[in-house]
Amino acid sequence: MAAMTREETEALIQEVLEVYPEKAQKDRAKHLAVNDTSLEKANKCITSNRKSLPGVMTIRGCAYAGSKGVVWGPIKDMIHISHGPVGCGQYSRAGRRNYYVGTTGVNTFGTMNFTSDFKENDIVFGGDKKLAKIMLEIEQLFPLNKGISVQSECPIGLIGDDIEAVSKKAAKETGKPVVPVRCEGFRGVSQSLGHHIANDAIRDWVLENRDGDNSFETTPYDVAVIGDYNIGGDAWASRTLLEEMGLRVVAQWSGDGTIAEIEKTPKVKLNLIHCYRSMNYIARHMEEKYSIPWIEYNFFGPTKIAESLRKIAALFDEKIQAGAEKVIARYTSEYEAVIAKYKPRLEGKRVMLYIGGLRPRHVIGAYEDLGMEVVGTGYEFAHNDDYDRTIKEMGNATLLYDDVTGYEFEEFVKRVQPDLVGSGVKEKYIFQKMGVPFRQMHSWDYSGPYHGYDGFAIFARDMDMTINNPCWKNIKAPWKTETAQNEAVKAVA
Amino acid sequence: MAKLRQCAIYGKGGIGKSTTTQNLVAALAEQGHKVMIVGCDPKADSTRLILHAKAQNSIMQMASDAGSVEDLELEDVLKVGYKDIKCVESGGPEPGVGCAGRGVITAINFLEEEGAYTDDLNFVFYDVLGDVVCGGFAMPIRENKAQEIYIVCSGEMMAMYAANNIAKGIVKYANSGSVRLAGLICNSRQCAREDELIMELARKLGTTMIHFVPRDNVVQRAEIRRMTVIEYEPTAKQADEYRDLARKINENKNFIIPTPITMDELEDLLMEFGVMEEVDESIVGKTAAAEA
Repeated sequence: MAAMTREETEALIQEVLEVYPEKAQKDRAKHLAVNDTSLEKANKCITSNRKSLPGVMTIRGCAYAGSKGVVWGPIKDMIHISHGPVGCGQYSRAGRRNYYVGTTGVNTFGTMNFTSDFKENDIVFGGDKKLAKIMLEIEQLFPLNKGISVQSECPIGLIGDDIEAVSKKAAKETGKPVVPVRCEGFRGVSQSLGHHIANDAIRDWVLENRDGDNSFETTPYDVAVIGDYNIGGDAWASRTLLEEMGLRVVAQWSGDGTIAEIEKTPKVKLNLIHCYRSMNYIARHMEEKYSIPWIEYNFFGPTKIAESLRKIAALFDEKIQAGAEKVIARYTSEYEAVIAKYKPRLEGKRVMLYIGGLRPRHVIGAYEDLGMEVVGTGYEFAHNDDYDRTIKEMGNATLLYDDVTGYEFEEFVKRVQPDLVGSGVKEKYIFQKMGVPFRQMHSWDYSGPYHGYDGFAIFARDMDMTINNPCWKNIKAPWKTETAQNEAVKAVA
Repeated sequence: MAKLRQCAIYGKGGIGKSTTTQNLVAALAEQGHKVMIVGCDPKADSTRLILHAKAQNSIMQMASDAGSVEDLELEDVLKVGYKDIKCVESGGPEPGVGCAGRGVITAINFLEEEGAYTDDLNFVFYDVLGDVVCGGFAMPIRENKAQEIYIVCSGEMMAMYAANNIAKGIVKYANSGSVRLAGLICNSRQCAREDELIMELARKLGTTMIHFVPRDNVVQRAEIRRMTVIEYEPTAKQADEYRDLARKINENKNFIIPTPITMDELEDLLMEFGVMEEVDESIVGKTAAAEA
């Protein structure tokens, strides 16, 4: 199928909107747009970060998901208490595949679930005493923990528990950071506010811990990787490139990260932001308070990797700049081989994405390196500044959809007929049953890493084995193929 | 057997709801009715005059001690007092923590599940915390619970404001269920023309003042002994007042959806009876210095 023209895409949006009642139609129209690369600002074409309409099957999460699931959860040597009833923590436990090194249950706790398991009594009488007891038990049972965070579930905000007072008292007793986070799920319109609340909690309860302590020896090449959650090992594949070019990665936020790394981050020379949406707040704060500059980078696919390495190197001296060139040169033959192998199998294939924080725009380059085209993309919880950054990455007249509804996404895919859809686990089986190849792009479908040159090879292999999987030829039942039906007609006749 | 009548008593805090309810219930019991009191206030002081107790062990407190509400048995929380009146207290947290409203919901659910509403009962009275601050304190008037609401008030301005606000709350639940306003009980503060004022307020709300309970020190004397007047001094004149109230409630058939009045109407009424002075608009927002 040839690329759609602007008029065709506009008509498609109109057609999809038509089934909605008037009020919903008016609202949803603002969230669907045809990309126009000539625009500077996305607010000219799309609205984002608004409340979802009831009944539309939004794919969004909540503030707790943004704080516990994204920002805090991966900090491996802290214990994160899901404070409230058991479900929020238990049903999201270890689902995000934030890899880490350590002995789980001894000095790292990433895949465990700690919860205050609220019952009626805790709601009626408040959970403060229970929380204090849990903190005490944590110290006794897991003495190698390096701190605790309290991730508030909805009821905490309703019954007014004073988690700050409990946290301060526990911190005084243990001498370790204890951080209360007010990320009750009902706050805000999506997980996005949870990211912001989590960033603010780091700012208020952690970041100043080593101010005035100069025992940590710094170098001119110290950087922090911010907004890499090490899904399937992403941060490791990224870190090696930075180190090979001569930089020293002091901290990883927060995949495979530690509380000590976070505390040391105000000492770095440059903050490198991968997931802008979830951690731009803290980067801006460090810029303001510690005068640490920050830049965004993109480690998906060799084109964007090289671009980013050079952009980062430009902020350092010639030694680092030469280092960047050396890294790119070193991996060139590797990624060229990957492209040589997979591009012929993937060239011209069209992709539609619908994901979370950075991937709806960051992975476009990697697909393009393989000769593929992203013809539609959208974010669950983006703000306008994300779409500002997306406009230039996407082709003209491609589809943009914000907080897409179940119905819209299905209709778009039916009409655009992409060769691949990349989205979350809730979408996966719908599209697979429609016969459309699908990759789960939140957790890399149990694969990864996809970052860096190492990740690109895996990315290319995964896309190939999904799109060119022989199963898609057999998706139609034998009695529903054209020949079978013709024969049936003949038989009846 | 007559159908069980469930009644809720609301009113401004400190107006005398608990005292009035317990004296009323004692009089009903004396007249041969089987009655249960459900205290819906974290303070748990709705049954002390019946049980001669300081404060009854509440459902929520005992649930907390036992581990969870599922660990409780009905006989743990249901106490029987004067004239076989059954008593339970929902209980709840100390001020400033947790969620007292959820405590009321949990306690009433527990009573229903455990079969506290037995067939031999004629009346259940819910004595509810003064201010209906959240959904929990409206629990007694939701579907299949109290159908009759009595508001205790007096001729004081704030008591009447509260009565009118409670009437507003009743309208919401009346339209979606069977709850009705059944009357105002005037617990006298000995204001001038108090009876006329409350009768007029009742008329405006579409109901009646079901009884005027005069002020009498015997109530306090009985209360010091943790007793109702009915039990402490059955021959007192005040005891007859409560018997009168009990009889009127027993015979009451006047259940209506209230017609709450606006703030202006209420203020006009208060001015008419001299409870409130007419507001001089020219002085609103002026400091003492500015006026001088």
